[in-house]
Amino acid sequence: MPLQEDGENQKNQTANKTLSEKMKLFSTIGAYLLMMKSMFTKPENFKMYWKELMHQSVEIGMGSLGIVAVISIFMGAVSAVQTAYQLTSPMLPKETIAQIVRDTVILEFAPTLVCIVLAGVVGSKIAGELGNMRVSEQIDALEIMGINTKSYLIAPKILGALITIPLLVVLSMVLGIYGGRLAGTLGGILSGDTYDRGLLMNFVPKNVWFALVKAYTFAFIISSISSFYGYNVKGGALEIGRASTTAVITSCILILFADYILAFFIL
Amino acid sequence: MIELKNVFKSFDDKEILKDISAVMEAGKTNLIIGTSGSGKTVLQKCMVGLFEVDSGDIVFDGKDLTTMSEEDRKELRQQIGMLFQGSALFDSMTVEQNVKFPLDMFTKWNHQKKMDRVNDVLARVELKGTNKKFPSEISGGMKKRVGIARAIVLKPKYLFCDEPNSGLDPQTSMVIDKLIHEITKENNITTIINTHDMNSVMEIGENILYLYHGIKEWTGTNKDIIFNKNQKLNEFIFASEFLRDAKDMRMLEEKGIIDNDRNMEDIMRDGGANLLLGDDDKKTS
Repeated sequence: MPLQEDGENQKNQTANKTLSEKMKLFSTIGAYLLMMKSMFTKPENFKMYWKELMHQSVEIGMGSLGIVAVISIFMGAVSAVQTAYQLTSPMLPKETIAQIVRDTVILEFAPTLVCIVLAGVVGSKIAGELGNMRVSEQIDALEIMGINTKSYLIAPKILGALITIPLLVVLSMVLGIYGGRLAGTLGGILSGDTYDRGLLMNFVPKNVWFALVKAYTFAFIISSISSFYGYNVKGGALEIGRASTTAVITSCILILFADYILAFFIL
Repeated sequence: MIELKNVFKSFDDKEILKDISAVMEAGKTNLIIGTSGSGKTVLQKCMVGLFEVDSGDIVFDGKDLTTMSEEDRKELRQQIGMLFQGSALFDSMTVEQNVKFPLDMFTKWNHQKKMDRVNDVLARVELKGTNKKFPSEISGGMKKRVGIARAIVLKPKYLFCDEPNSGLDPQTSMVIDKLIHEITKENNITTIINTHDMNSVMEIGENILYLYHGIKEWTGTNKDIIFNKNQKLNEFIFASEFLRDAKDMRMLEEKGIIDNDRNMEDIMRDGGANLLLGDDDKKTS
């Protein structure tokens, strides 16, 4: 009998644990939605909010420019080399390499891969910055001044990301395709003219719009998730690091999930 | 003036503040003292609206914070200045930008007027010439002074200071205490200071509230505190490093050398221990 009771207790404990984990997930989602809702209030001083928006746009956009450029060029180059390696059939024209590079870069590499990298670069920066402000009571200081900190600190970051990340994605598309051309011509895989001809063949403009929809979605995910985890840090330096890591991991998972959902419904 | 009426606050099942009623007087430095974990910071955060009370009223010159609309709260908060324990200066801004921030946010003054006010308050806290420095480039005491400058730049009616002396050496602590006290008098501000620094209590404790495990245990002034008969308060004050003369003073009182009416500053200046010595002893020592 005692063994049976022990077993039942264990079962109950496991069930309670699962329930509390589910409740935690719901309360996190609830807190996230409430944070988003309370961001929309009238700014105390529009000029100061505008200044902060510009500051964040520069921080997010210019701060990530270098890494995006490097990743994009190599992404296109590797894509061109690997496509050429796989297309061994003499029946296929060389232009196909350019087409494949173009479509993979536009459809997947530029929006998704770059945004995953940005989740690390921008996401950890946002979470770290807000976490530090929370721990060092800078957010409390703003609250006491009568400033809506969610509006003043989070909204400009989300808007800044929505402005700059799609631009970075467009830049990534251009640089990725150029990287493919560079690798193709320098490696003697195909001539520049052939590559350019291939780029214009069977081009579907919808792909660019699809990539931009993804870029806006991912920009929102990266900035809002990172802001949420950073803003709600409790504790000290250790928790700031944890919040940054959680923000990056959650953003990456949500980006991949959203990528699948968007591809499923739009393509 | 701020009135606390039967304030209760708990987190989860733990009751932190239990039926706190007190009056924080205008033009005075009102001190909330107590050991760590006694509820000082929670009480102060309730008073500035960072925490919501479970029950009770917090009345700012007739206006109850607990029943105020969000708009009224915003308006009230612009009359509140706060100095944080770690100063809470904005890292990415210079000293000047930190102090100017509330002016940029809440006034429509032109640049020159703002700069004049910034320079005035920086001069008041004796920080002339540090305008372009970043918080990381200045000392802890200077950070506190920048914090004070930022807190008073909008000429607040209420000034809250959370452990203004934490992390400072005794000499700098006294400078900060004196500065807060002077600013309070000059502008007739209702100043509320959280502290467990007995130096501050004796220097500027014009109205003291002693919290013990979230309960109001004692109220009085720095003159009364030495002669109080509250055992818990005595355990607190005599456990601290300051008041090296406090016990001696009690002895002085018992000996009838001093009494409650005697000016505390005189007692402190003379040094309580020295007073223990009779005139003859002083001559021989």
